[in-house]
Amino acid sequence: MRPLLSVQGVSKRYGAHIGCADVSFDLYPGEVMGIVGESGSGKSTLLNCMAGHIAPDAGKVIFDTRADGPKDTVTMSEAQRRMLSRTDWAFVHQHARDGLRMGVSAGGNVGERLMAVGERHYGDIRGKATDWLERVEIDATRVDDRPTTFSGGMQQRLQIARNLVTGPRLVFMDEPTGGLDVSVQARLLDLLRGLVRDMGLSAIIVTHDLAVVRLLADRLMVMKSGRVVEAGLTDQVLDDPQHAYSQLLVSSVLQV
Amino acid sequence: MIQLKDVSKTFTLHNQGSAVIEVINDVSFDVAPGECVALTGASGAGKSTLMRMIYGNYLTQAGTIRIGDVDIVRAEPREIIALRREFLGYVSQFLRVVPRVPTLDVVADPLRALGVPADQAQERARTLLAQLNIPERLWSLSPTTFSGGEQQRVNIARGFAHAYPTMLLDEPTASLDAANREVVLSLIEEAKGRGAAIIGIFHDEAARARVCDREIDVSAFTPGLSSSSEAVGQTQETAA
Repeated sequence: MRPLLSVQGVSKRYGAHIGCADVSFDLYPGEVMGIVGESGSGKSTLLNCMAGHIAPDAGKVIFDTRADGPKDTVTMSEAQRRMLSRTDWAFVHQHARDGLRMGVSAGGNVGERLMAVGERHYGDIRGKATDWLERVEIDATRVDDRPTTFSGGMQQRLQIARNLVTGPRLVFMDEPTGGLDVSVQARLLDLLRGLVRDMGLSAIIVTHDLAVVRLLADRLMVMKSGRVVEAGLTDQVLDDPQHAYSQLLVSSVLQV
Repeated sequence: MIQLKDVSKTFTLHNQGSAVIEVINDVSFDVAPGECVALTGASGAGKSTLMRMIYGNYLTQAGTIRIGDVDIVRAEPREIIALRREFLGYVSQFLRVVPRVPTLDVVADPLRALGVPADQAQERARTLLAQLNIPERLWSLSPTTFSGGEQQRVNIARGFAHAYPTMLLDEPTASLDAANREVVLSLIEEAKGRGAAIIGIFHDEAARARVCDREIDVSAFTPGLSSSSEAVGQTQETAA
């Protein structure tokens, strides 16, 4: 089996400060990988380098494209990268308002991504949008309401619908449950798990919440000061951490 | 089916003066298809630790642990994930689930992960839940609110949903009443009957005597814990 995403020696500096340094890993189809570490550990920089939001200073991000097989997304043209981010890639932001158009209706938010890949039939687009709102448990009667009238949890679910409607193969998530209260988090986690399994998605989830990675991620990378200090099977890294920093991270979680 | 060779483990506690604790030293044993082997030894002897190493949950520093064709000690995460999905089942002492997921889906989940259609997976889940005497009115509720014994039975139902060729059972009969204990023991016998290789931890001696073919005293491999001289470096055959 060929990796869906192969990250090779990715580094990014901000002046003298290291964003992330020499990160390499392969992600296979259907795998969900978590990236944990404290604020400033470089996990968001790495995610943005992989998703094409930031150009890394060094390294390759090779994605197995549907049409042409493995291609380095760092060196491909801006137009090609933009096409990828509308079709095979999805990006779920921590704050739903960063990933939604707040002035457009819920149905419009979902339909917009379909139009971006060439769908033109109004009835089809509205039908698919309504279908996706139901899949993320938003009542179909809300299709014409703006996301400004939605709760935080609903906005996050709408962002997920908008991202998944085009059937992406790889989803980048930046703290997808951050800022939501715990009961809403649980519901979102359950939804994400089901979608990942039913659609065979691969995903990379950046979070500082170890409970979230335990439930969602197959594999885990622990970052500190821009470097990966430990990587492995999620439950193994959490239950038998090897690196001093991972041990500190796991033992610092408050028990409830 | 399961083969441990020269297996050792240490814990290094970096944040507590880098203390190195040797927990398992040089264990070797095999489990054949249709065989159930019990891990024994006093509390703290390392039974659960050894079981977690076999599941790949704890990292093993030396030796090989073969489950079918895969060496858990050297396998990539995705190989271990595939092995756990298809080949290696594990009933732990505690149920760990996403909150708010109905019990029926929790039990059907291992089958859904294998690509079994939802209706078939749920049918199997219903059969197991009924067999383990979980009242039907609870099936649509999340098991997070259940009593300890009920959670344990949900965990067992989940563990037996798929016919894994190899299984690890950590205290499967603890906190169960006589009737449910009997159901669990017959599930284990059934699994043995279809050729599953099983490793179990049972504090319940009668249960152990009934389903286990051999015992391995883990304290014999725990540095500084070797209780009795005759146990050192040997596996013991039980009368059963």
